[in-house]
Amino acid sequence: MSNLVSIKNLVKYFDIGPNQRVHAVDDISLDIGEREIVGLVGESGSGKSTLGKAVVGLHDKTSGSVSFKGELLPQKYGPQDFQRHATHMQMIFQDPYSSLNPRMTVGEIIGEGLRLHRQLPSATVRDTVAEWLERVGLEADHMSRYPHEFSGGQRQRIGIARALILEPEFVVCDEPISALDVSVQAQVVNLLDELKKSMGLTLLFIAHDLSMVRYVSDRMAVMYLGSLVEVGTANELFFNPKHPYTQILIGSNPEPDPQLERQRPSTAIEGEIPSPVNVPAGCRFANRCPKVMDICHHTTPNLISLVEVDNADAAPRDVACHLYT
Amino acid sequence: MSEPILSVSDLAVEFDTYGGTVQAVRGVSFDVAPGKTLAIVGESGCGKSVTVQSIMGLIPIPPGRITAGTAMMNGVDIIGRKTINGEDIRGGQIGMIFQDPMTSLNPTMNIGNQIAETLIVHRGYSKRQAFNRAIELLALTKIPEPEKRAKQYPFEFSGGMLQRAMIAMAIACEPQILIADEPTTALDVTIQAQILDLLADLQRETNMAIILITHDLGVVARMADEVLVMYAGQMVEHGYVDDIFYRSSHPYTMGLRAAMPTNKPGVDARLTPIDGSPPDLFHPPAGCGYCARCPHAMQICVDNPPETYILGERHETRCWLHHPDNTTQIDGINKAVRSGA
Repeated sequence: MSNLVSIKNLVKYFDIGPNQRVHAVDDISLDIGEREIVGLVGESGSGKSTLGKAVVGLHDKTSGSVSFKGELLPQKYGPQDFQRHATHMQMIFQDPYSSLNPRMTVGEIIGEGLRLHRQLPSATVRDTVAEWLERVGLEADHMSRYPHEFSGGQRQRIGIARALILEPEFVVCDEPISALDVSVQAQVVNLLDELKKSMGLTLLFIAHDLSMVRYVSDRMAVMYLGSLVEVGTANELFFNPKHPYTQILIGSNPEPDPQLERQRPSTAIEGEIPSPVNVPAGCRFANRCPKVMDICHHTTPNLISLVEVDNADAAPRDVACHLYT
Repeated sequence: MSEPILSVSDLAVEFDTYGGTVQAVRGVSFDVAPGKTLAIVGESGCGKSVTVQSIMGLIPIPPGRITAGTAMMNGVDIIGRKTINGEDIRGGQIGMIFQDPMTSLNPTMNIGNQIAETLIVHRGYSKRQAFNRAIELLALTKIPEPEKRAKQYPFEFSGGMLQRAMIAMAIACEPQILIADEPTTALDVTIQAQILDLLADLQRETNMAIILITHDLGVVARMADEVLVMYAGQMVEHGYVDDIFYRSSHPYTMGLRAAMPTNKPGVDARLTPIDGSPPDLFHPPAGCGYCARCPHAMQICVDNPPETYILGERHETRCWLHHPDNTTQIDGINKAVRSGA
């Protein structure tokens, strides 16, 4: 599988005052293969959304690079860059309430990309919008309505139609389901899955619902305080987590199975994610880690691939933890 | 099952709006015993929050209206009442925590004083006494450095810490019942695990009853003793947590479970969404509220509201499939209990 998107040493800092700097994304490298779904998980404040936005150019990069099909993307996007890249890279946003312009009709919202990038006659735009409305499970005559007339799940579908109408190859989905009810989440997930199969989409799927991410993704990447702590195939990583943080994260995820929950010891950890303004030296998880060692406090572990001695066929796994060095 | 501390029966609530009257809750009954947790489950708009808010007297009247039902606590119907034997119900005998701690606390008042206020109002503590007790309560909810934290304002707290402070406030008067309305929905899983552990510990120590409103079946599995599944303002299924998860009897309960991924190694069943959306509660359907989305709907479901069928000890369902004359076999619908009951 060749890499469609390649993120190399990507850094995004936000300066918030004299000598104060938010380390939102700190030296992240991640490759996303063609037609692959990579799930990105982590607590709020870990930098997931910033990474997603930096990849599609909605944030300037402080340093590092993102390449798409081997072509290096600009450090800072200008209008022409958006014009050029919007047709193959798109984003679906988290909040279906604030990400749709309330003064535009659904037809205008969904068709805007086509009008801007394809110079099609308006009748063709209208037909394509109608087709997409039906494809995402809405009706063609919803085109003349406004966003406030739709429920959360329906709006999320409008956001999906808007992102996919240009038939992009790569889409960043930033928490596309977390604002939705359980029954509707499954509808949206299945829709993305169908579209992935029919269009050959590649997705970076950002979410904090671990069960859903495991279900959706081929590979999973776990972020903590701006850096990746573990990357592996979704099932391997979920059922056999290596990094202590991944272990705790997955152990905290309640399973819809009362008998299992009664047997399971509590894995809650003390403390909360530290501020990304003044990141601790060494491993960023050290102050909460149950398996912390001396070295963790002063040396930052690198993301290295894990070689399983007794199992040569094991799926590739990258872990950033001194336990495995 | 010990004597229930709260029994709600046939509660019905309506709201007048410009669009007409919304029948938000249409005859809900449940009870909860000391030391036990009842989870109320359902999707947005099914009436879970309105149900508990009416018991607490938190719905605005008008436009809201409680058209029927009683909520008996210690032998007294608390609907529309503020006190039992001179003691305040809201904040005194029943404590409540909300989904969004950021917007539920007063941003202009420090945390200690907000907790102390409860004690001053409901228990007649002096200001100093109340503030000292507030510090103890913050320590009880495992907030580090409670003396320092009590003097801080909500913006200085993280979401998880605010939820702890809100729990401290809710349990300040040692309520017999704690209502938790989506207490962890806004929190990360690691913080959610901390808060759920805290609630379980407090319940063990004080023997209070907890009514937990949530839409996360994982949280239900971890916390609940009994579960009430609501749909379109009505109970559709009620039972012990194991009955709901392993012997589901209502197509909606089954639908909810099929819509969630189960994390069993090697099992990758495709998620089955529930198609469609909940009915319009301005004009609730004549028959079963779920029939438009139900894969097993029959003609009777459209025409007549289903009766409640008892399937086992404290396990009941509101679905025509369980009528004794119905002979259709449906995969996964729990028939064994019915024939045994």
